Amino acid sequence: MDILVVLEHKNGTMHRASMEAIAAGQSLARDLGQTVSVLAMGEDTSQMAQEASAKDVMEVLTAEHPLLKDYSADGYAKVLTQVIEAESPKYVIMGHTYMVRDFLPKVSAALRKPLLGDNIAYRIEDGSIIFTKQVFAGKLSADVVPNGDPPYLVTFQSAAFQEDAAAEGNGAAVRPVEVNLESGHISTTSEEPFQETTTTVDLASADVIVSVGRGIGKEENLSMIKALAEALGGQIASSRPVVDAGWLPPYHQVGSSGQTVAPTLYLALGISGAIQHVVGMKGSKNVVVINKDSDAPLFEIADFGVVGDILEIIPKLTEAVKAA
Amino acid sequence: MKIGVLTKQVPSADSPLKLDGGGKWIGEENVTFAINESDAYALEEALRIKEETGDGEVVVASLGPQRVQRGIREGLSKGADRGIHIEESLPYTSDPFLTATLFANTLRNESFDLILSGLQSDDLGLGQVGVLLGEMLSMSTATLVMETGISDSTIRVKRELEGGWFQWTTLKLPASISIQSGINTPRYPSLKGIMGAKKKEIRSIARNEVDDGGATLQTLRKVYIPQKVKRTEMIEGEADQVVAKLIDIFKRDIKVL
Repeated sequence: MDILVVLEHKNGTMHRASMEAIAAGQSLARDLGQTVSVLAMGEDTSQMAQEASAKDVMEVLTAEHPLLKDYSADGYAKVLTQVIEAESPKYVIMGHTYMVRDFLPKVSAALRKPLLGDNIAYRIEDGSIIFTKQVFAGKLSADVVPNGDPPYLVTFQSAAFQEDAAAEGNGAAVRPVEVNLESGHISTTSEEPFQETTTTVDLASADVIVSVGRGIGKEENLSMIKALAEALGGQIASSRPVVDAGWLPPYHQVGSSGQTVAPTLYLALGISGAIQHVVGMKGSKNVVVINKDSDAPLFEIADFGVVGDILEIIPKLTEAVKAA
Repeated sequence: MKIGVLTKQVPSADSPLKLDGGGKWIGEENVTFAINESDAYALEEALRIKEETGDGEVVVASLGPQRVQRGIREGLSKGADRGIHIEESLPYTSDPFLTATLFANTLRNESFDLILSGLQSDDLGLGQVGVLLGEMLSMSTATLVMETGISDSTIRVKRELEGGWFQWTTLKLPASISIQSGINTPRYPSLKGIMGAKKKEIRSIARNEVDDGGATLQTLRKVYIPQKVKRTEMIEGEADQVVAKLIDIFKRDIKVL
């Protein structure tokens, strides 16, 4: 087997990152002249397997077991390790999701094979593969290469590949694989997932988002952000530090631990642009960044940028918007 | 309860970064270093668990050059009992499997009930060492932890899932747990703590003493300034001019006014 893309699901429905991972696998397969197969793990994988078999892949493997009904790092790592040992893929590709971050290092430890995580791109140079990831909170990039023989475990950052780039096929065959899993393999017990509050702001459908970061300085300054959002008819969002400080409730947070948004205008105020924030908003149609630090990584993805003091600019902008 | 905390020293968030001549790492002159953000939360959580259980020990362990002893000392001044420093020089370990191996070989005989680490470092951001170390020391593992509840033989942790969801998971001890930023409010060292820290032990071990010569699984080839993928129109001028241009852009380019 060449390339194995491992799918992730929530209640049977495929995670968006998994479709992006299929697109990544197909791209790698074209560049390396290899084939892509897909693995669905769970108690019942029929819905996921059906969705994946419509894509241009060689084969869809299904690993089903009652103990995979609820996620456990031990159970998922054990089963994926077994499949890799049985099928000997060269690359194992997944999205860089919270679940993958939780269990994939276990597979790396069990197989003593590298996990190259959170990549934004790859390239082939002189026949060997080089992965690129962001380091120093997105201020720098790094080239990383795997050592030794395959398999290599590889994850890609959200939106490194587009989900609609996953090419359609003509019905790949589905093949169940053997799973050996016992309750003794799983050292944890989990309770039902829950949300902290039922109040939410639907940022995903907002047309205008005014988003605020650490640069706001103190809680009292939030009132000027609210005034600007109101004038623009938009929603207020924030990066993680503002929520961690308790200045805004968690449901305003955009990023890997918050909501994913794609408004017409994303106005980022005093947000430096750590990767965890960027993955939640880089689908925005227009990004306007105001920050006093000209090196803030968020300027990299801005359509319009202002190096300046938000506390000085925002009140004037609010008045001008109202007058417009 | 015997608790180990892994801390890493990283450039502080507002520190300027320049590449070094070889392009393999940053130049460290003029860089100010701080304890990695999520590691500071992990240390605080360890101190709170020790205070709650009323006995035990918190040991801070760090891998890095001589300067990381300052970070360990900061942990001691906040209340950790002793420190362990695996000393290395450039090129620093950048393979998470090797980092975990070095810690495993150093900490194996400590027989910790609990190892806490930050979710990921703010420099390399690999986010694997806590889980890899747990596997190497046959501990149960959990990541993205936002609350803990300790008992004699288990720890119950609130794990962060995506999109604002959470889940409680109970792990058997010993356990290696990766802590998410925001779990608590880290304390500042007291004057008494700072004075007391000077008398606390930091055991120093050279990296080659705990490097068993196993293969590194991945290599960091180079670091570089990212190529800009998007063309950004920078708006310059006094605040009033900037505002006038932004209004124009909101109207004509983005059409939200």
